[in-house]
Amino acid sequence: MVNNEFRTCPDTGLKFYSSAENLLKVNAVAAVVFLLVGGFYGLLVGLTRWQAVHLLAADNFYMVLTLHGLNVLIFWMIFFEIAILYFCSSVLLGCRLATPRWAWAGFVLMVVGAVMNNVIVLQGASSVMMTSYVPMEADPLFYLSLILFAVGALIGCFVFFGTLVVAKAEKTYEGSVPLVTFGAITAAIIAVFTIVSGAIILIPTFLWSVGVVGEIDALAYRLIWWAFGHSSQQINVAAHVAVWYAIAAIVFGARPLSEKVSRTAFLMYIVFLQLASAHHLLVDPGVSANFKMFNTSYAMYLAVMASMVHGLTVPGSIEAAQRARGYSAGLFTWLRKAPWGNPVFSGMFISLVGFGFLGGITGVVMGAEQINILIHNTLYVPGHFHATVVLGSTLAFMAMSYWLVPVLFRRELVLKGIAKWQPYLFGLGMTGVSLFLMGAGTLGVPRRHWDIGFAGTGGITHEFPAAAYTMLALNGMSVILAVIGGAAFCVIMVGTILFGKKLGNQKMAEPCIVAPVTDEEYEANGGSAYAIPGTLVLAMVFFVSFALYYFINWKYLAETWGIA
Amino acid sequence: MSEQKSSDAESIPMMQKLLDNPFLLLFIGVAAPSILFLGWGLVEIFTVPMR
Repeated sequence: MVNNEFRTCPDTGLKFYSSAENLLKVNAVAAVVFLLVGGFYGLLVGLTRWQAVHLLAADNFYMVLTLHGLNVLIFWMIFFEIAILYFCSSVLLGCRLATPRWAWAGFVLMVVGAVMNNVIVLQGASSVMMTSYVPMEADPLFYLSLILFAVGALIGCFVFFGTLVVAKAEKTYEGSVPLVTFGAITAAIIAVFTIVSGAIILIPTFLWSVGVVGEIDALAYRLIWWAFGHSSQQINVAAHVAVWYAIAAIVFGARPLSEKVSRTAFLMYIVFLQLASAHHLLVDPGVSANFKMFNTSYAMYLAVMASMVHGLTVPGSIEAAQRARGYSAGLFTWLRKAPWGNPVFSGMFISLVGFGFLGGITGVVMGAEQINILIHNTLYVPGHFHATVVLGSTLAFMAMSYWLVPVLFRRELVLKGIAKWQPYLFGLGMTGVSLFLMGAGTLGVPRRHWDIGFAGTGGITHEFPAAAYTMLALNGMSVILAVIGGAAFCVIMVGTILFGKKLGNQKMAEPCIVAPVTDEEYEANGGSAYAIPGTLVLAMVFFVSFALYYFINWKYLAETWGIA
Repeated sequence: MSEQKSSDAESIPMMQKLLDNPFLLLFIGVAAPSILFLGWGLVEIFTVPMR
């Protein structure tokens, strides 16, 4: 399995070290397999939430919800992120991969952990959902499977750091690492904290489940689990932002507007992003208001600012590149003339807009202690994270795959007509899922609940407004749309790997990477690479939406308890 | 030649040195949330009066 040869890609000029290339392939394939499995379970969850369909019985619902969460939030994401780490280190820095045997050992552990977890949950005694809050108890093998997966992923992170050392020692690059690699470093750092936190809580919980430890404190469990559970989603954020920068360079030859500003924004992620985990604890009685407010407001806002910096500089760098290449008329010609039929770009841009407008704004609302109380533990929470993790991260990873899979496997993309539409279909479906779940949550519909009619609960009744039922029905329809889009992606990827026309050393019919914009071209753009009026207008639209939505929620809060 | 090298090293701004050192960043990225989130939170939880 360990091969020490390099190949130079005829299309991109990138050097692929054989071991790194093989590991990239297997991690990417594993990621798509778990996306397919998790997406199928997501369809079942959505059709059960749709009250008129109400597909699954209660027992099966919680089992399937557990499987959906773990397969898509953990397994799909982390397999793909390990592929990104190897790509951003070995391939972008043009060096050999450090300790390929350890990298394979890590991959095997991840596969064993993920498969074992699916099997154990399907046996029915571990329907504890992704959070697996104690004292709710799962099969000991459930915790063991997650520990195995986490150890494998941690090995992958250290192979990545080792590869950075190799590249520096062998002088395969000069100066600083590329910005995309810096984004991957950010993701890997967050991953180390995440996985160590997971080990701190899951190892004692495993010992508790086999009777070695007497008790796990429920509050401490929640605190440490969220350092694992929420931070794992922050790995996605750092990784998908790195992917945005990569796609801007690949499709437009764009250069970051300011390396310093973008790297400082990544540094703000490294220091502050993981503290946002505290917003899950905003109604927990064991931690003080000081703890909650520092972590969710002051610290989290600095991480939010970093996201807004990336949200400005990524489209800004695209605008600057487009203007430099002649699309300089008016405010938005650069955007109108962008390659909307190329799924690499369209997927990335829908991811950027969806993440910012839906995921970002609602995340700040959830992070404010006062207005969080309106929607805490309601369906608003899954609505928010479907906007960040699915519309944001998953769609960005899909977009990157449309470029990476043909380059990596040397196969021509199949079903190109469907590939053009896939990001729109998936993006539209997932936008619906996010909006309608958040709508239902705003109307008070609880999350993690099989039936809002409270059937079989021995007389508990609550009348939700009719609009809540409509929201859940619209959510179900959006789920179907998103699943069709997700399935199309999986079919295209698997089809390309198995049946795509072999390219060998031949170049692709159409160039898959655009030459970097030169200084002369930038200077032709009014003498400045920073002239980005269109992006500034879009940023203003974002700020107005942000402010309006924020204050609307304060108004809702003011109306919650009327003053007599 | 060696004088030139050392003067180049000195002229690199501190922030740049930090951003170019992934292991220092790793330390900061693990230490900050370990202190501000895990450490602080656990101290508060385990000092809640039992009665």
